[in-house]
Amino acid sequence: MPDEQFEIDILRYRPETENEPVMQTYTIPYVRDWSVLDALNHIKDNLDGTLSYRWSCKMAVCGSCGMMVNGEPKLSCNTFLRDYHPGKITVEPLAHFPIERDLIINMDSFMEKLEKIKPYLIPTEEKPLADGEHLQSPDELMKYKQYSMCINCLLCYSACPEFGLEPDFLGPAALSLALRYNLDSRDNGQDQRTRIANTDKGVWPCMFVGSCSEVCPKHVNPASAIQQTKITSTIEWYKNVLMPRGSEAGGND
Amino acid sequence: MEVITTDIVIIGAGGAGLRAAITVAEQYPDLKIALISKVYPMRSHTVAAEGGAAAVTQDHDTLENHFHDTVSGGDWLCDQDTVQYFVEHAREELVQLEHWGCPWSRKSDGHVDVRAFGGMKIERTWFAADKSGFHILHTLFQTSLKYGSINRFDEYFTTDLIVEDGRCQGVVAIEIATGSMRLFVAKAVILATGGAGRVFRANTNGAIVTGDGMGMAYRAGVPLQDMEFVQYHPTCLAATGILMTEACRGEGGILVNKDGYRFLQDYGLGPVDPWPRNKAMELGPRDRLSQAIWHEQQKGRTIKTENGDVVNLDLRHLGAKKLQERLPFICELAKDFAGVDPVTTPIPVKPAVHYTMGGVKTDLTATTPLPGLYAVGECASNGLHGANRLGSNSLTELVVFGKQAGIYASEYAKNVAVTNQSAIEAQAEKYRQRIDSLLNRAEGNERISTIRKEMALTMEEGIGIYRTGDSMQATCNKLSELRERMKSAKLDDTSSVYNTELFLAIELEAMLETAASMAHSALNRKESRGSHQRLDGYENRDDVNYLKHSLAYYNADGDPKIEYADVCITTSQPAERVYGGAADDRGK
Repeated sequence: MPDEQFEIDILRYRPETENEPVMQTYTIPYVRDWSVLDALNHIKDNLDGTLSYRWSCKMAVCGSCGMMVNGEPKLSCNTFLRDYHPGKITVEPLAHFPIERDLIINMDSFMEKLEKIKPYLIPTEEKPLADGEHLQSPDELMKYKQYSMCINCLLCYSACPEFGLEPDFLGPAALSLALRYNLDSRDNGQDQRTRIANTDKGVWPCMFVGSCSEVCPKHVNPASAIQQTKITSTIEWYKNVLMPRGSEAGGND
Repeated sequence: MEVITTDIVIIGAGGAGLRAAITVAEQYPDLKIALISKVYPMRSHTVAAEGGAAAVTQDHDTLENHFHDTVSGGDWLCDQDTVQYFVEHAREELVQLEHWGCPWSRKSDGHVDVRAFGGMKIERTWFAADKSGFHILHTLFQTSLKYGSINRFDEYFTTDLIVEDGRCQGVVAIEIATGSMRLFVAKAVILATGGAGRVFRANTNGAIVTGDGMGMAYRAGVPLQDMEFVQYHPTCLAATGILMTEACRGEGGILVNKDGYRFLQDYGLGPVDPWPRNKAMELGPRDRLSQAIWHEQQKGRTIKTENGDVVNLDLRHLGAKKLQERLPFICELAKDFAGVDPVTTPIPVKPAVHYTMGGVKTDLTATTPLPGLYAVGECASNGLHGANRLGSNSLTELVVFGKQAGIYASEYAKNVAVTNQSAIEAQAEKYRQRIDSLLNRAEGNERISTIRKEMALTMEEGIGIYRTGDSMQATCNKLSELRERMKSAKLDDTSSVYNTELFLAIELEAMLETAASMAHSALNRKESRGSHQRLDGYENRDDVNYLKHSLAYYNADGDPKIEYADVCITTSQPAERVYGGAADDRGK
């Protein structure tokens, strides 16, 4: 064990015994290769078993371990102590979400939004399995691939000032996934999803600050997804003014 | 205690649990489903699978090839009826995932592309770049949102199965957010809880891979089959165990020792040329590669690092463009977690525990010996993998047998009624008291993290790539000691809301039992086969005495009882496993 020490302030909140969150300082060994998650695990194993947080894969793909590190939303598993050394760090739960306990947020609202945008293929007709796969060229795949990379870590919601003001805003991840399916050559559900996106809780609260894209650990670029969807929504709006839905042949409901 | 009455309980919402849930929802829309998971579904460890999923796809490939690769890869411990069913249904299930939106990588003509994998004679591994598991999991989860009959209980921790009147009639689970326990009364229960790799120190698995379902079934009297067969994946980052997918080698990556020498040619996998070719050198099976790395270390030909001895996985010759297209996640992981850019520098790797071939005994219908209980995926052992799993068979297994579990559990549930509800509730109360006593233990001075670390270390020392009777006996003894000490484990946290320490303790109890089943099954198998290799006079395979599945039975008072069952052999009689030039010769 190295001799050098490292200080971490961690926001603690135990709703059964505390009315308000409090900061607690832990002193740990400084290990250059440790992630913030490694530091939390060191604390939980050796110093304080009551510290609670979510984690699993430790390789930045399960999306569990999002938290604020020095005020920025990060995956704690691929955020390293060395990048803050010398100095201390402050770890808090993801901003803009209700805190359940310590570093654990309530993510019910995201789960509802995800379900709402119909994140599954809505094909024109079911293709029998015996007919094999749909053909999809590499170019067609590339159109939506980026938006399929979302790990639902919710860092983008924590970075989004609009979500901070309007908790019902569908938000970056859900809207990116809606676009992911809209852009898929196998899908015919864009009409249904645009109706959900084209509302005052859909794409329109977004002021294109772009911080969602900056913090996304998977380079999904939700800001771009939302701007693209705004354009589609505007076209849809004009189409509906000129050709009301009731008269539209083949409406998909 | 609140009682939730349903038709089918599914524990675990990874690839297998979700596939089972969708099957029930689609084919049996009248049945109510409770899908219980200790994490949100998209956190399940299926998410971390990288390389791909196997199914015969190309015109010059055959089901017989896939069958033979799997059976020989498993060192003939596979149940051949299960393997036959698997290879016959693999492709339609991967097509089904495609129809649900899985972004499989494509060829220029728009068809799904396939890549080479270890131990596979023809390229047949479907892939979504190097995040195949991630995309499969999210496709299944997002698709599952279509079905109203799937009631999810996210972040509910199942602690025990309810067995009444000789059949499984439900489970008890704790709502993690509140700490309150619920009784789920059901006509059928499907375990889809994943593997147990976290019982070992160096492993590729997420924190949640703790063998909970294996432990529950085992305690309920259901045997765990073939638990001694634990797969070491040969190429993992040294410090963290993070997986560097076999697809690295499928795409042409090579393994070299400290002298830059492709050492696999010394271990029955050569000659080197022509390269690349299937079932040779770096495209040999995982057990053989991990064993070769162990031997290189014994010979002093590995590279010493502060994180242990490593060999180099060299991808440089693939070039930046191909790496970015086929292995972008690997590049990201190597840079973030090992400080290495694979475009310019070889990746230091070593073997780490990756997969438990063994599990709850089932058959090709996912049915366990306990009526009403089904099991699927890594928590189950249906005889598909034998003594060594081939890479890319397990993702396909999730969907092929997830569907089977859904069908067979539904058919069973349609024809039974819940009986003896009061006795079921009394059992649930007993389980609650067990948890309460763990939570509120007055005496005791053991930290669970200490016991967990000692367990993981003794498993690595005794039940590693190579084993001896003495080392395995030492591990068995140590596990007995730890099991006793666990009775004195005292928690720092006695609260109810998100008491994550309590769940670590419950997981550890399951892991200690699962570890004991592995160690004792290993000690009792006096031969070497697949991933179970001994150095103490049992270096050879012994088909006369051990062409058998091991079955470990729980014993509350002491060591597990080990029995044996026949292996189903249909068309392929046991023969020598050959790779490299020897396999080429045999093919002629």
